Amino acid sequence: MQLNREALTRAYRQMKLIREFEERLHEEIQTGEIAGFTHLYCGQEAVAVGVCEHLTDRDKIVSTHRGHGHCLAKGCDVEGMMKEIWGSQDGLCNGKGGSMHIADIDKGMLGANGIVGAGAPIAVGAAISNKIDGPDAEGKLAVAIAFSGDGACNQGTTFEAMNLAVVTKAPAIFVFENNHYSEHTGVDYAVGTTRDIASRAEAFGMKVWRADGTDFFAVYDTFREVLEYVRVPGNGPAAVEFDTERFFGHFEGDPQRYRGEGELDRLRAERDCIKIFRAKVGGAALLDEADLDVLDADALQQIENAVAASRAAARPSPENVLDNVYISY
Amino acid sequence: MAKMMYRDAIRNTIFQEMQRDERVVVLGEDVAGGMGTAGGPEAIGGIWSTSVGFYDAFGPDRVIDTPISESAIMGAAGGLALAGKRPVAEIMFADFIGVCMDQLWNQIAKFRYMFGGKSICPAVIRMPCGAGYNAAAQHSQMISQFVTNMPGIKVVMPATPADACGLLRQAIRDDDPVVFLEHKFLYAMSGEVPDDPDFVIPFGHARLARAGQDATIVASGMMVSYAETAADDLAQDGIGCDVIDLRTTSPLDEEAILDSVEVTGRLVVVDEAPPRCSLATDISALVAQKAFASLKAPIEMVTPPHTPVPFARELESAYLPSPAKIAAAVRKSLEYR
Repeated sequence: MQLNREALTRAYRQMKLIREFEERLHEEIQTGEIAGFTHLYCGQEAVAVGVCEHLTDRDKIVSTHRGHGHCLAKGCDVEGMMKEIWGSQDGLCNGKGGSMHIADIDKGMLGANGIVGAGAPIAVGAAISNKIDGPDAEGKLAVAIAFSGDGACNQGTTFEAMNLAVVTKAPAIFVFENNHYSEHTGVDYAVGTTRDIASRAEAFGMKVWRADGTDFFAVYDTFREVLEYVRVPGNGPAAVEFDTERFFGHFEGDPQRYRGEGELDRLRAERDCIKIFRAKVGGAALLDEADLDVLDADALQQIENAVAASRAAARPSPENVLDNVYISY
Repeated sequence: MAKMMYRDAIRNTIFQEMQRDERVVVLGEDVAGGMGTAGGPEAIGGIWSTSVGFYDAFGPDRVIDTPISESAIMGAAGGLALAGKRPVAEIMFADFIGVCMDQLWNQIAKFRYMFGGKSICPAVIRMPCGAGYNAAAQHSQMISQFVTNMPGIKVVMPATPADACGLLRQAIRDDDPVVFLEHKFLYAMSGEVPDDPDFVIPFGHARLARAGQDATIVASGMMVSYAETAADDLAQDGIGCDVIDLRTTSPLDEEAILDSVEVTGRLVVVDEAPPRCSLATDISALVAQKAFASLKAPIEMVTPPHTPVPFARELESAYLPSPAKIAAAVRKSLEYR
């Protein structure tokens, strides 16, 4: 836990921003104002933030259907994202993508993705591009990260991508967020191995790490090691598995009949990365409760503003359907 | 001008573009060939000989020899393009599109639109396609019907060496993803190719391969040379045909088709794909909708039957359109009263 006060503040602010973003969406979706499918990242914030706090805009990430946390952590504009989810013409993707297709290429965010497992090959392509560009003045490569859940680790695309990354020695990092549920199915059933997901990556010839994904400091410190390794030209890819928790259903509206009795309450009480963060920084007297409360209020206000702006934002016009295609018939 | 084969026009164009623009990279199975073998890299240079000498000239960073992993190839092409490169990916046989459809259809094709126009995806996907080699049902198919149906993808079907050069250069310099359908049977076709290193053929402009007043034949890829042969045979009997080589099936040069049919009043569409929901049906619908009053006879379609591509020589010949079938369709149209 070598983080200074500024870095800790930033990390907490980011985690809290994601939490409030998702909690608010959970409420707003029930009013029917937001269209479509939404998959919330609530509970996994420490992973996105613990990873992305190390990255620069040169580093790329490819996200998943559960992508809001990765987008925010990589620096996508909060208001632009909220407007996009609201389907506004002023959204980050002009209302063309929605929750599952948020992207901001300039920030190195190459897209959330509606297809489970589709992101890994794209990330490997971006990693090969980084390898071609070569190391910076300090001799380090930019990396590309494929965020994948335990569900995506069963897709052939993920396997192909891992092998291609190893073969080409691409600076790719496969971040497996094991939240124990592939949609509505348990990881013990769906991931057919007596060992863990990281072991699968290891079998492809990669160096792998594992950490508790509910502990920001474990994620942050582990990922620093992963990154230091992959940034060295010639080392090739690596993988890391984070054990984490999903506080909501697969999608908003999921009745979650697969959950055990009291499971969600227990997860919220014992496996909440934000509570764990607060306890750790409080215990070490790094940030006091009052500091954190101020950050909480800031995050809430930012979300409040983003929602208000989204409600008031310009709606697309029917003719916008034909924007951004090279031809229409 | 220099005389060269279709395959060499493709190889030379990629090579020149790689020299001109360091963002251009090549990836695919055996594009170097021989990696990890006693023979060493460059043992193959692509199974179609379209990347011979690339590895030696540009090295492993820009000539990315991949495992047999079409989804990873297609996805990596998308990732390279989003990250600022100009990948030219080879899917060894177009039939393998089935293995990697998601990365093309749901990813590469949609990035620009889904992301609100804030990204480009300048990926070229080369797909050697088509029948004629008795390669049977999984190595002989025409797939233009799938990719022409995908919004966001440009689809090119060069019919001559010169067009292979000019259209491929345009594809590599284009900011949108392009599926480049090279007909395997045309690789050995010889023809004059312009020397100009900036020779490009813009997309969406058909080529009038033959001119005539009596009927319009629309074709693409290998079917163009069949249509030309048919038109030349018919000319012996005083029947003049426009042969329209589409060059690109998306964007489609509607004007060239409609202008011709307005003069001839008779349309024969030739397509190597199966007969339903194809270019043949699409162009027939286009003409029925927009040039109905000009038609003097029902539209004729010359296509394979609705079967997989058969293996045996006799069966594959029976399956494919041919100059004789095309000529017969033109005569049938002319006989209609």
